[in-house]
Amino acid sequence: MRYLPLTPDDRREMLAAIGAASVRDLFKDVPAKVWQSKPVDLPMHLGEIEVDRALSAMAARNIPSGQVPSFLGAGAYKHHVPSAVDHLIQRGEFLTAYTPYQPEIAQGTLQMLFEFQTQVALITGMDVANASMYDGSTATAEAVMMAGRVTRRNRAVLSGGLHPQYRAIVETHGKYGGFKVESLAPDPDGKEDAAARLGDDVSCVVVQYPSFFGHVRDLKPLAEACHAKGALLVVVTTEIVSLGALESPGAMGADIVAAEGQSIGNGLNYGGPYVGLFATREKFVRQMPGRLSGQTVDADGRRGWVLTLSTREQHIRREKATSNICTNAGLCALAFCIHMTLLGEAGLKRLAAINHAKAVQLADKLAGVPGLSVVNKSFFNEFTVRLPKPAAGIVERLAAKRILAGVPVSRLLPGDAALANLLLVAATETNTDRDMDALVAALREDLR
Amino acid sequence: MSDWSKAVSAGFKADGTGPTGSRGLQMEEALSFEQDAPGRTGVDLPEPPTVKDRLGGLARKGAIGLPGLSEPQVVRHFTRLSQKNYAIDAGLYPLGSCTMKHNPRLNEKMARLAGFGDLHPLAPESAVQGALELLDQLAHWLKTLTNMPAVALSPAAGAHGELCGMLCIKAALEAKGENRHRVLVPESAHGTNPATAAAIGFTVEAVPAQANGKVDVAAFKAKLGPDVAAIMITNPNTCGIFETEISALADAVHAIGGYLYCDGANFNAIVGRVRPGDLGVDAMHINLHKTFSTPHGGGGPGSGPVVLSAALAPYAPLPLTVHGKDGFRVIETPQASGEGSKALGRLKVFHGQMGMFVRALAYMMSHGADGLAQVAEDAVLNANYVLARCKDVMTPAFPGYCMHEALFDDRFLKDTGVTTLDFAKALIDAGYHPMTVYFPLIVHGAMLVEPTETESKDALDAFIATLRALAEKAKTDAQHFADAPRLTPRRRLDETGAARKPVLRWRPETVQKQAAE
Repeated sequence: MRYLPLTPDDRREMLAAIGAASVRDLFKDVPAKVWQSKPVDLPMHLGEIEVDRALSAMAARNIPSGQVPSFLGAGAYKHHVPSAVDHLIQRGEFLTAYTPYQPEIAQGTLQMLFEFQTQVALITGMDVANASMYDGSTATAEAVMMAGRVTRRNRAVLSGGLHPQYRAIVETHGKYGGFKVESLAPDPDGKEDAAARLGDDVSCVVVQYPSFFGHVRDLKPLAEACHAKGALLVVVTTEIVSLGALESPGAMGADIVAAEGQSIGNGLNYGGPYVGLFATREKFVRQMPGRLSGQTVDADGRRGWVLTLSTREQHIRREKATSNICTNAGLCALAFCIHMTLLGEAGLKRLAAINHAKAVQLADKLAGVPGLSVVNKSFFNEFTVRLPKPAAGIVERLAAKRILAGVPVSRLLPGDAALANLLLVAATETNTDRDMDALVAALREDLR
Repeated sequence: MSDWSKAVSAGFKADGTGPTGSRGLQMEEALSFEQDAPGRTGVDLPEPPTVKDRLGGLARKGAIGLPGLSEPQVVRHFTRLSQKNYAIDAGLYPLGSCTMKHNPRLNEKMARLAGFGDLHPLAPESAVQGALELLDQLAHWLKTLTNMPAVALSPAAGAHGELCGMLCIKAALEAKGENRHRVLVPESAHGTNPATAAAIGFTVEAVPAQANGKVDVAAFKAKLGPDVAAIMITNPNTCGIFETEISALADAVHAIGGYLYCDGANFNAIVGRVRPGDLGVDAMHINLHKTFSTPHGGGGPGSGPVVLSAALAPYAPLPLTVHGKDGFRVIETPQASGEGSKALGRLKVFHGQMGMFVRALAYMMSHGADGLAQVAEDAVLNANYVLARCKDVMTPAFPGYCMHEALFDDRFLKDTGVTTLDFAKALIDAGYHPMTVYFPLIVHGAMLVEPTETESKDALDAFIATLRALAEKAKTDAQHFADAPRLTPRRRLDETGAARKPVLRWRPETVQKQAAE
């Protein structure tokens, strides 16, 4: 077995040094009736060639976004990741290191996380950010729970423009974690008035920016309304590239930003692993969940970094911790950090501009398809279209022609006739004019 | 001139360090923000098409504040940062309870196949049949290895898996109309156990261990009652010992209508040889980044699937992969009836850590049933070899054999003036990542050594020689330990100062100065 270095001679010598007659003796605490003396009922070991062949065959039964015209979004976006990113994250010193608990020999990870925290704070327009969370959806749930701790209030209001699966996660935490969740009706037109739901018991209002349906709304009035009532404004962003073109949530008064960072540096990966971004105001930092890298000095007075404010965390506080979270998304945060460093100020802004321009072009092309209408007046790189028949069927038929047309709203919000004909369509820098024309032609044909 | 260029001093320092602070292969590296040249970038993107924007009047005004670096600078920056990290690829990483084993590179290659790595999570079912097959296969391996009937794949990490398992228990109790609020946890448990139970409203009660490091079954039984929802046990436990009486504990908690949660962090010690389902476990998370070798990545991403007993299976969170007429289907929204209708809700967007699933399945297929049993045996053999060869100069916390990790306390350092932390830092100077220190909390000055099965006997012999030499040196040269580490990119860092006045992000010099004034 290629991963196991011990030889039979090694094992004999080692048992002799231990003074045990057999390896089974070492397991003497394991009762005989539960010991599996024979291999369990699974295949025997395989070489690289055989494993590669089996898994490649499975992979070949999928349609990757890069091989066909693809307009899928709804929380996961196909972007180009520069070649240097994947090369660098595969350096063993990053890939095969653990959490930086011994800072003297983990300065690489710690400095990177400090840079990552700075990048996230700058992009979101917030004071501080943590070293990442599992993904945008779990970061959103953590943001709601943090708002409860900060305000000591018990009801969260979720916008109808929040990603339905994010909403479901917050609801699950509310149901079992003892706080109330008021989810507003789906808001495909981007016109809801979440401020009307504020009350003295509301810890936070959670809005998505741009919304699940793609709308871009000024959040300042909502932030002011929240603050007037003593509630926090939690802003969720599932397409972080948008903040290269849009006013930051922080500038509009957000108290917590929970975002999905997949778009920068990370592949689609069928939904994970991704990287959760979490940022807040300085005054709330001690209520923030997750790891933090902080600057300090070493015994010789040289600048260095350590994990800090760990008295918030479970390994110190146990049942009194701010969160049960024990890890971050280190390698995905690294990929984000490298890609963002490559982009820089100029690159991020241009990437965002290209994404928006492509989406505007696509919206204009689609608006010419008979029977189809674009719902959005405002959007970044994703918008909602209304079709004359159910979107789900169209998407399946176009997939058979190897075109991934978008995400039917009904897939995430089933059973609502008013939403059945809505389709979310996203465009990024990876979409060519030819891709767009293929989609338009296929839709024309399907709707004929 | 960048901030960094300005910071470079004129000449050599007294210790021979050059103007940049670098020493040989130990490169000083400025923050990316200190290497900024405005307008510079490491990507070439075309001029965007000209369109009238539809950003709703919210186009960003002003600068974001990100630095501009070219690709060669970025590659050098992160290469230099990487060289400041210790890693399994570079050496033995005996961090107890973390299972730092070799990360096979085939797994990396498989996860990057376009059919997995470039697959959108909301692509139509017809476009993802291979991905659903992989989920189904992974589930089959995990269920077979644990002899459990169901598995929830979506939890993103071990603690997230604990949350999932404990929520299943809560959902099952609610379905029975029972409102049990107490959860019993051994004192030796990992901190996530009590934190998880408390996060969903349970009252946590710690139960002391016996003198031999095992759970005190009598103490648990004395605390059981109709208001106990669950017992959370780690097996093998955090002291590196198999809980012989776990089945008795399972019977006792089942008899009062509660459930047994098992923390599977240490599954590596028994994989292929003991199936937790045979022990009466109701729920157990499996850290794919431990037992099944998905890379730790400097702190994630993890992956924490949870195997479930028949009693808890109906409450598993969405999504579920099921066998349909024409292939696999995914159930991702609440159902009125049938499969998924009792699901407790959702814990993560999309389908879980697919990239980790691919790596874990590649690892399992590579080892097979035969190789996995050998993994457990070699992991336990390696740990016992370290224990046996060090027990005359160090002090094992408990007598007898251990499982996959050897636990020492600090009695052997008594009267030397050397602490466990000092000992760990001296190990760094000798070229090793330290073992886990001060955990479990129930052992004074704990040192938890987990070599894993992927270390050779030569590597263990060298490590043992180092441990022995340090144990000897501690008797005569406490200063060596107090000053350690000396040979690292940084020496001991001021953690108290970092927490007292947190500096959590870079700010431009002018802003820093204003803040100081």
